[in-house]
Amino acid sequence: MPATAAATDTRTITFREALREAMVGEMRRDERVFLIGEEVAQYNGAYKVSQGMLDEFGPKRIIDTPISESGFSGLALGAAMCGLRPIVEFMSWSFSLVAADQILNNAPKMLYMSGGQWGAPVVFRGNDGAGGQLGSTHSWCVEALYSNVPGLKMAIPSNPADAKGLLTTAIRDDDPVFFLESERMLSDTGPVPEGDYTVPFGAAALRREGTDCTLVSFGRPVNFCLEACDALEADGITCDLLDMRTIRPLDAESIVESLKKTNRIVVVDQSWPFASIASEVIAQVCERAFDWLDAAPRRVNTDDVPTPYAKNLEAAYLPNADKIVAAVRSLLGR
Amino acid sequence: MTTAAASTRQTGARPRKRLTDSLPDETLIGWLRDMTLIREFEVRTMQAYSNAKIGGFCHVYIGEEACAVGTLACVNPDDPVITAYRDHGHALARGMDPGACMAEMFGRITGCAKGKGGSMHMFDRPHWLFGGHGIVGAQTPLGAGLAFAAKYQREVLGQDQKKVALCYLGDGALNQGAFHEAMNLAGLFGLPVIYIVENNRYSMGTEIHRGTTMADDLPKKAAAYGVEGVTIDGMDVLEVYDRFKPIADACREEVRPAFVDLHTYRYHGHSMSDPQKYRAKEEVEEVKQRDSIDLLAAHLIEERKALTPDDRKAMQQEIKKIVRDAVRFAEESPEPPVEPELYSDVYLNPQPGLSPIREYTRGAKNPLL
Ligand SMILES: Cc1ncc(C[n+]2csc(CCOP(=O)(O)OP(=O)(O)O)c2C)c(N)n1
Ligand SMILES: [Mg+2]
Repeated sequence: MPATAAATDTRTITFREALREAMVGEMRRDERVFLIGEEVAQYNGAYKVSQGMLDEFGPKRIIDTPISESGFSGLALGAAMCGLRPIVEFMSWSFSLVAADQILNNAPKMLYMSGGQWGAPVVFRGNDGAGGQLGSTHSWCVEALYSNVPGLKMAIPSNPADAKGLLTTAIRDDDPVFFLESERMLSDTGPVPEGDYTVPFGAAALRREGTDCTLVSFGRPVNFCLEACDALEADGITCDLLDMRTIRPLDAESIVESLKKTNRIVVVDQSWPFASIASEVIAQVCERAFDWLDAAPRRVNTDDVPTPYAKNLEAAYLPNADKIVAAVRSLLGR
Repeated sequence: MTTAAASTRQTGARPRKRLTDSLPDETLIGWLRDMTLIREFEVRTMQAYSNAKIGGFCHVYIGEEACAVGTLACVNPDDPVITAYRDHGHALARGMDPGACMAEMFGRITGCAKGKGGSMHMFDRPHWLFGGHGIVGAQTPLGAGLAFAAKYQREVLGQDQKKVALCYLGDGALNQGAFHEAMNLAGLFGLPVIYIVENNRYSMGTEIHRGTTMADDLPKKAAAYGVEGVTIDGMDVLEVYDRFKPIADACREEVRPAFVDLHTYRYHGHSMSDPQKYRAKEEVEEVKQRDSIDLLAAHLIEERKALTPDDRKAMQQEIKKIVRDAVRFAEESPEPPVEPELYSDVYLNPQPGLSPIREYTRGAKNPLL
């Protein structure tokens, strides 16, 4: 774990507890920080991320809203312009689409449009990606669509320790941060340092080391890559696995560095393939390290259809370890 | 709209004892100066636009001057203010340097946003003007947020100042979802924000009855959100002050929202490219009979005897010069240098890897800061 500040002992907690620790820690540290969203207070969070926070901080800082994503996102942004540090919880990023004007047209552009007078230190966070048979309206992966906009930052942790450190960084950052969690990971457990620490933006973590191929991923699919690495290692194929941790900024340096060693790259991305993060990573690799490629880059995305409901169709649609293994093997020809 | 319908828009007789009666002459003379400045500024804006000195979409405030000047006179210099894209009047009434405002439209580095915002996006941090917003209705949740911050700063951070936020919108914005969400939140949370509809009867070519239900009784919309609503004659700045000041004071004191339907009119087209086929010339001419600047000047000269016609002429000359100077200042100012301005002010905390193209930097200090 790089860049830990006051962090001390490590214990095993869930992803949702790690997120909560980051918010609670920052709210204790800085009175300007507050949490606003649907069901965050009295209900203790639709996914229990904010459990107990109302009891500690009271209703003036843990704020239940009506179902008004555009309204409360804009409210938070206005408050941020006045010097507060809001955390906005979207029950799901799928529901942020109705707030697109506030989060995409206002938040990331305020600083530029005002000629440097007002920034927007606000964190938007919530569940991203397929939650499990929720159908197409509720299964959005917003990373490709939203990260297209300059002026915002985007973080997407793959494990509890990063979740806490990245969220702490997000809350302290002066720019608008889009923080992408996954409902499917909230109960995952992992070692998380106690106390206060940050994980810097723009620094990928090398989760596995190998020589045959570079695997690049972020968020939940990093875990599928880990599985794939295990399967491949059994056959003597080793990969560098880079967990990007933030999409904007993107640590392209680390990708290029790894590629110069492996000469092959597979990007694993849980959003649709067209104009995706995988597309962006591959474009940057081609621009910066074309001569180091021994084979055409490959991508593993979701299938290019609306997210289906049926269990088997949804499973067929999502990236998984088998698809990653197949992509690496076909790239290596073994 | 017919003449008869137009005349129903006047909102009752003036009270005999008026709040404005207790204000010193200089205050009202100041309003006359501000309103005259806005009008002259906008005349020169249209001229500069025709000469292709100003680009993009540009919306002038001529006819509506009493709205910004009258309402802003009711609040403190550090109360937050936010508006839509017809924003030059608010910027000037709030105290923005006319040169910075004109230079912004000319796309110059000396503009209030260093030429990165344009006519629709006037921001002035020292004067607590939070923009200028180009998307119809987009500023209304932000306005709730400005009020939320004021309330939070008192109740959580222990600052003792009570503030009230002003959020202006056009009558067309009444039909945007964002506005209704914002009103509901303001009512629900008890936020000290006043939504001020600059009701000039049209959104582009759509007369208000064609776009809005309850157009003749807009305060009912506010009532649905538990928010006090009133209609005020926005062509009479004295009336605006008389009626708006108690509302602003009450919202500040009682920490609650309000909704104000200000009846006004724009004399010119919606933007600089509007043939105005949707309304009769006679309608425009009739409204001009009750021009807000003429009304105030007449009050000061004839009723108050606070100003002579010669004083008025001198004021006009002085303002003409101020605006001429603003135009000259804009014209003579340099364009924002591509380096570093294009890639600056995108992030407050720029860091490597944010763009595949290059790194972001910090730009020149904003001229207003
Ligand atoms: C969301 C959105 N839709 C459409 C437009 C284009 N547009 C700009 S101004 C305008 C009319 C708005 O009229 P109103 O709110 O009454 O304000 P006014 O121009 O009269 O001051 C329209 C349709 C826009 N800027 N934003
Ligand atoms: Mg209008």
